[in-house]
Amino acid sequence: MASQTARARHPTEDPLWAKLVVLGLVLLFLGLVLVLPLVAVFAEALRKGVQPALDAINHPDAIAAIKLSLITAAITVPFNALFGLCAAWAIAKHHFPGKPLLITLIDLPFSVSPVVAGLMYVMVFGLQGWFGERLIDHDIKIIFAVPGIVLATIFVTFPFIARELIPLMQEQGVSEEEAAVSMGASGLYTFWRVTAPNVRWGLLYGVLLCNARAMGEFGAVSVVSGHIRGLTNTMPLHVEILYNEYDFVAAFAVAALLCLLAIVTLVLKGILEIAQPDVKRGGGH
Amino acid sequence: MTISIRSVEKKFGRYPALNHVNLEIADGELVALLGPSGSGKTTLLRTIAGLEFPDAGQVLFGGEDVTFASAAARRVGFVFQQYALFKHMTVARNIAFGLDVRKGADKPSKAEIAKRVDELLKLVELDGLGKRYPSQLSGGQRQRVALSRALAVQPSVLLLDEPFGALDATVRKSLRKELRRVHDATGVTTIFVTHDQEEALELADRVAILNAGQIEQIGTPDEVHDNPATPFVCGFVGEANRFEGTVSGKRFTAGPVVLPAPDAADGAAVAFVRPHDLVLDADGFSATVQRVVVQGPLANVDAVLPDGRHIEVLASRADAAQFTGEIKLSARRTHVFTA
Repeated sequence: MASQTARARHPTEDPLWAKLVVLGLVLLFLGLVLVLPLVAVFAEALRKGVQPALDAINHPDAIAAIKLSLITAAITVPFNALFGLCAAWAIAKHHFPGKPLLITLIDLPFSVSPVVAGLMYVMVFGLQGWFGERLIDHDIKIIFAVPGIVLATIFVTFPFIARELIPLMQEQGVSEEEAAVSMGASGLYTFWRVTAPNVRWGLLYGVLLCNARAMGEFGAVSVVSGHIRGLTNTMPLHVEILYNEYDFVAAFAVAALLCLLAIVTLVLKGILEIAQPDVKRGGGH
Repeated sequence: MTISIRSVEKKFGRYPALNHVNLEIADGELVALLGPSGSGKTTLLRTIAGLEFPDAGQVLFGGEDVTFASAAARRVGFVFQQYALFKHMTVARNIAFGLDVRKGADKPSKAEIAKRVDELLKLVELDGLGKRYPSQLSGGQRQRVALSRALAVQPSVLLLDEPFGALDATVRKSLRKELRRVHDATGVTTIFVTHDQEEALELADRVAILNAGQIEQIGTPDEVHDNPATPFVCGFVGEANRFEGTVSGKRFTAGPVVLPAPDAADGAAVAFVRPHDLVLDADGFSATVQRVVVQGPLANVDAVLPDGRHIEVLASRADAAQFTGEIKLSARRTHVFTA
């Protein structure tokens, strides 16, 4: 009977041993590079019990870092959602010269190292930068202050939402918009009533990814932040400082909190994919 | 609404999509734009709709120049090949869209809109489906919704881009009849694009045949079928056997094939013979029957000429038995175009 089932398997199906080997390799790899470190973070954070970990998170500097991370994400995500939507709309639904250049520019943050992104802002807004003196004259602080952190985060996370929406909108084409316009709808009305509802799930997906990255961004933020405790430290920077001070329990406690935020994001993403199976492919129904 | 297209030209990059197109459409007419893909028929329709603007020439609605007016200003109803229904709206909201977007005094009351939606749903025989979403409908039902959505704004002209292209054969046939019925009931000037000659000939009052950005011929279905103006029309509309040869003394000769050519001047020529215009005739040219396929009341005969070329003959099923072995054929009617 067993041999019969084996012979009756699907033409493209591999033998059992091959499946087990491949699956085993994947699981081993995932376990080593993903699960084990994740477990280690939580284990390390709770090594001396729950109380020291909670104390570390309750520390005023840690709370300030958590707040700053949340504020940064709260500004970055709506900003990138709006501009990502605009950019995707312009690229997917319209013809204009220089479109390939714009697409390349949107991808730039993915190809530039975050540290370089941070340095760019220092070059422009820093003390020795182009606008440095003028900004000091008007008492405006960008570098080593919250605005710089937000700017750097926006730069690094800009492509997430636009990149999610462009292929979705391109696949949907323009005939629904043409239908709306031919029936007398204005451009803005068409956008809100026709275009936006068609991409809402893709937008939400992009927002989740953008949010996860905005809270976790380290490189660019590290350059522009100045690492002032309680003022310009975000969660990832705070983790680094604690770690460098050999305060492992506190470092891993804050790191665990970051991980939790990431896991929540992943779970939301998973729920979204189950609820809207074609969210990655496009289409609202 | 009468529509005039005057010397319209349109290029996409270097590719000329419309090349000096002229077309006059009478009020209340049902016109088909027929042509192979890339012939410019959809571009012409979109130019009439105001979804595309010409590089040169004029579009007139009822004598008024609307060349650069928006689709909304022209009050066109447009039906897209892939329906383009708003997926997140119910059928009723889809149909009401054109009324919902109106502002101020133009906007009908909610009750009026609901009444209009009900009327339109009845017109396309979809009563009771107003609360469904487009994804819950079949392809044919979706296209009916698209049709009633286009009619909701009481358009001056109804434009349909390959309206039945995505549907299966049975649904196509019934929707064709439906479009004719809706057209006759509303009297709205209607233009539709198709690459299916059967559809164009069956449905339209007049057919415009496009090729390479130009109108080759416009006429009633009978005219374009029986008196094709150009070799292209002859080859594209209806089945035809095509021969390249010469005319001399009112006779067309291409190898073994000899056909009457009473109106043609002497010289190199192309001749077309419809399969049903070929008949058995003891004085005709000879051919050898290879295969006879009976389709309902008709018999499709595939024969080979002495020079190896194939020729198609359409006979009635009753005569099928006579088509065997060596036969002699002559043409009741030919279309000869001198090169």
